[in-house]
Amino acid sequence: MSPEFAAGARVQVKNNRPETVMRLHLRTPHYVRGRQGIVLRALGRFPNPEDLAFNRPAPEKMLYHVLFEQQPVWNEGEAGDTLLVELFEHWLEPVEG
Amino acid sequence: MAAREPSAAHVALLEKLIGALTSKGILTEAEIAAKKSATEKASPETGARMVARAWTNPEFRTRLLADGTAAAEEFGISLAGNPPLGVLEDTPALHHLVVCTLCSCYPRVVLGFPPHWYKSTAYRARAVRDPRGVLAEWGTMIPAGTQIRVVDSTADYRWMVLPVQPEGTEGWSEDQLAALLGAEELVGVALPKVAKAQAA
Amino acid sequence: MDTAPSPTHHDLGGNPKYRCTAVEPENPALNDFDKRVDALRVVLREKGLITTDEQRLKIESLPPEEYFGLSYYEKWLKAMAAVLVSRGIVSWEDVS
Repeated sequence: MSPEFAAGARVQVKNNRPETVMRLHLRTPHYVRGRQGIVLRALGRFPNPEDLAFNRPAPEKMLYHVLFEQQPVWNEGEAGDTLLVELFEHWLEPVEG
Repeated sequence: MAAREPSAAHVALLEKLIGALTSKGILTEAEIAAKKSATEKASPETGARMVARAWTNPEFRTRLLADGTAAAEEFGISLAGNPPLGVLEDTPALHHLVVCTLCSCYPRVVLGFPPHWYKSTAYRARAVRDPRGVLAEWGTMIPAGTQIRVVDSTADYRWMVLPVQPEGTEGWSEDQLAALLGAEELVGVALPKVAKAQAA
Repeated sequence: MDTAPSPTHHDLGGNPKYRCTAVEPENPALNDFDKRVDALRVVLREKGLITTDEQRLKIESLPPEEYFGLSYYEKWLKAMAAVLVSRGIVSWEDVS
């Protein structure tokens, strides 16, 4: 199955915070929620850790390496510095335009 | 400095747990001892040798960057049952720094146990937000024109840095080059340095 | 859009509480307890009796005073015991 997002695609991380409602195991750090980034590449499909953590069947999801600029995230930092984060497909939405 | 000793309650918990598992026939003390001794053999020397080979052998460098797991196999290191290894290529314009903000993910098979500082709250909190400040604590200054890319190990990969080969080491053997590299250089908090004595 | 504070204590990236906390560069060797817990985890994982993900969830579920107060391997041990009890491989009586 080919990745939904190609290298270079602009994506938005979902702005949800479901862990404030119930105990979950999430591997999407809070600091990228709601942020836009660029897909560097698809890293392959892996069983969803959110399911593995609860010892229930874990469907495979595509994992992406997504690049973010530092300054918009923290309102500080050196211009040009970046963050590179592994994010699963179900946390990413395409950005139009 | 020795690692903090466990409390008596935790020592007791460990022994009760192992006792229960052994009496149920689930595992044996021998298996634990064998695993302990195998794990102790892993060290940053493996990662260092891989980088040293990449510096001297362009075809290996290409293979290492394309598939770290397969490259480790060339050194007789199998990652079977372990997470895949990714290798991050530094250039004069790009410096990588590896962290796991959510826990302590680390490429143990090629670097050994993660250092105490890598697992610390301060490193996990600060590396993504103030990488230049964190590096400065190691005396590592990255020029403003060089991008620092902080790589947060949030999922299935484990990451190691392929640093830029330091000036003055052209023609060095793999062993000499590997000696310049430890966990600090392979995580990106330090740059490989040629000591004055070596440069002579 | 400013980054809102982290909703959980383990999701530490950028946590401003630690912005002035020095990273201590020492790397003390693991003691015997640490190595034994580490080895136990690998044996259990290789036998398919625990996953890293289940263990992480249990560690994240520790209250803050334990998450920040216990040693790294004390937390691992507590988490492993909790996973094995959750899975019914051992009972709480076995480890009390």
